[in-house]
Amino acid sequence: MQTDTTMASPAERSRRIRSNRLLTWSRRLLRSKTGTVGFILVLAVLFLAAFADVLATHNPNEVNPALMLKPPAWLEGGSSQHLLGTDHLGRDIWSRMVYGSRISLLVGVTAVVFAGLIGVAVGIVAGFYGGWLDRVFMRLVDAFLSIPNILLALVILSVFGPGVWTLIFVLGVTNWVNYARLVRGEVLSMKEREFVKAARAIGVKNRMVMVRHLLPNVMSPFIVISTLSVATTIILEASLSFLGLGIQPPDISWGGILSDGRDYVATSWWLATFPGIAITLTVLGIIFLGDWLRDVLDPRGQNRR
Amino acid sequence: MASYIFKRLGEMIPVLLIISFIVFALVFVAGNPVALMLPEDASQEDIDQLTASLGLDQPFLVQYGKYLFHLVQGEFGESFRYNTSALPLVLERLPATLELAVAALVLAVTMAIPLGIWSATKQNSPVDLLAAGGSVIGKAMPNFWLGIMLILIFSVMLGWFPVSGRGTLGHLVLPALTLATGLAAEITRLLRSSMIEILNQDYIRTARSKGMREGMVVYKHAFRNSLIPLVTVVALQTSTVVGGTLITETVFSWPGLGQLLIQAVHTRDMAIVQACVFVIAVLVIFMNLVADVLYRLLDPRIKYE
Repeated sequence: MQTDTTMASPAERSRRIRSNRLLTWSRRLLRSKTGTVGFILVLAVLFLAAFADVLATHNPNEVNPALMLKPPAWLEGGSSQHLLGTDHLGRDIWSRMVYGSRISLLVGVTAVVFAGLIGVAVGIVAGFYGGWLDRVFMRLVDAFLSIPNILLALVILSVFGPGVWTLIFVLGVTNWVNYARLVRGEVLSMKEREFVKAARAIGVKNRMVMVRHLLPNVMSPFIVISTLSVATTIILEASLSFLGLGIQPPDISWGGILSDGRDYVATSWWLATFPGIAITLTVLGIIFLGDWLRDVLDPRGQNRR
Repeated sequence: MASYIFKRLGEMIPVLLIISFIVFALVFVAGNPVALMLPEDASQEDIDQLTASLGLDQPFLVQYGKYLFHLVQGEFGESFRYNTSALPLVLERLPATLELAVAALVLAVTMAIPLGIWSATKQNSPVDLLAAGGSVIGKAMPNFWLGIMLILIFSVMLGWFPVSGRGTLGHLVLPALTLATGLAAEITRLLRSSMIEILNQDYIRTARSKGMREGMVVYKHAFRNSLIPLVTVVALQTSTVVGGTLITETVFSWPGLGQLLIQAVHTRDMAIVQACVFVIAVLVIFMNLVADVLYRLLDPRIKYE
C-alpha cells in the first residue's frame, strides 16, 4: 500500500483516495439499517419528484364531476384508472400526490439553504468578532426562539399574504436562528485553536480567516442540522398549506390535499390518509438519513441521540 | 433566589423589545391599513385624513415610539373585524388554549415516564424497541394529520369521542392526545438516555451492592436524579406545545387562541395578530424562566448567580 501510493502520479493518487472514500461511505451506509432505509425513502421521493410527468396517470388538476370521491383501486367501487381514488372534484389522487412531492422538496430544500446562508453568516461573524456585535445577535436569537416557529410564520404570512416565495422566505426566517447558534458555538471554541491563531499571527485578513479556516470547519455539523431541518421544514410547510396559508391552488402540495380531505374524512378516508403517509415517510427517511450523516460526519455527536 | 428571579425578569425586557420591533417593522412594511378600514368607495381625501388622524403619516421611529407607549398599557389597537380592543379578545381565548396545553403536557408526561424507565432498565427489550420506533414515527408524523386520523378512528369509526368543539372531558381527549404524542416521544427519549447514564454511575452500583431492592434503586436513586433534565425539557417544550395547539385547535375546532389567530391572519386583522404574538411570547419566556428556577431548586449543585 505504501509503495503503491508513492509510485502513483498525484492525479491518480487523489482519484484513488476519492474512490476509496466513496467505498467506505457506501459500506458504512449499508452497515446502518436505518441509514439504508432513509436513503431508499429519500431516493424514492426524489424519483417521484423528478419523473412526476411520467409517473402521473392523469392531469393532476383535471376536474371530473362524474368521478367524485371514488375509493382506491383495491376497494369496492374503485377502478384501476384511479390507483388511490379521486377527491371531491374527481381529481386523481395518485397524480396529485406525485406532483405534490415536488413542492414539498422544493420548498423544504430552498428554505433550508436560505436559512443556512443567513445563520452561518451571522454565527461566524458573531462568534469571530465577539463583543457587542455578538451580544446584539444573541439577543436577537433569544427573541426569535421565544416565538414559536409557526407563530412567526403566521405573522409574516398575515403581512405579505400567501405564495410559494413568501413561504420559502417565511420558513427561512423562522429557521436561521438554529444555525446561528450552532455555528457561533463552534466558532467560539475554534478561534482559540492553533490553526486559527497561526493564520492570524502571519497576518491573514479577518475575512479570509472566516472564509478559509472557520467556514470549512463548521460544514459537517451544518450539513447534519440542515438535513434534519429539511424534515421539520417539510412538516411546517404542510401545516401552513393545511391551514390554507401556504401553497395556493393550482399549485399542489401534500398539506393542501390533506386540507381538502379533512372535510370528507367521515365518508372518504383515503383523501386525508395518503398525503399524510407520504409526508410521514418522507420525513422519516430524512431523519434516518440525517442520523446516519451525523454518525459519519460528526463523530463527537454520536452520543447526542 | 429572589434576586435571581428579578434579574431574569429584567432580562425579559430587551427580548420583548426586540419582538415588538420585529412585529412593528413587519406591519410597517405591510403598508397602510387605512384602505382596509374604510368603505371601498372612500375618496383619497378620506384616506389621507384618516391616515393623518391615526398618525400613520409620521416617520418610522416616531410611530414605533407611540406604538411602544400603547403597548406597555396593553393596547394593541382595535380589531376591525370585532370592533373592540384586541387584547381582551385574546385573553378571553387564552384559558381554552391553556387547558389544552396543560392537558397535553400532563398526558405526555404520564405516558413518557413509565415508558422511559422501562426502556432504560430493560434495554433492547420489545418494549424498548417499540418505544424507540414509536418515538421516531411520532416525530415524523405531522401533528394535524395525526389529529385527523384520530378523528377517523375514534370518532367516525368507533364513535367514542366527539369530532370537535369544547365542553366535556370527552372533547378534550383527542386534541390532547394529538398534541401529547410528539411531546411524549421527545420526553421518553430523553428520560431513557439520562436514566441509562445514571444507572451506570458508581453510586447505583453501591446501592445495589448493599442489597437495596432493584425497584428502590431505580426509583429513589436513578429516576429522581433524572428528573432534573426532565423538568427542563418539559418547560422548554412550551414553545412547541403552544405552536402545536395553534394547529390542533384548527383540526378540532377548539375555541382557543389558535382559531382566533388563524382567522385573523386570513382577514389580516393585525391588531389581533400582534396581541396574540405578545401574549404567546410572554408565556413562552415566562415558562423558560420557570424552567430555570425549577432547575436550580431541584439541583442544589447549581448556584444562583
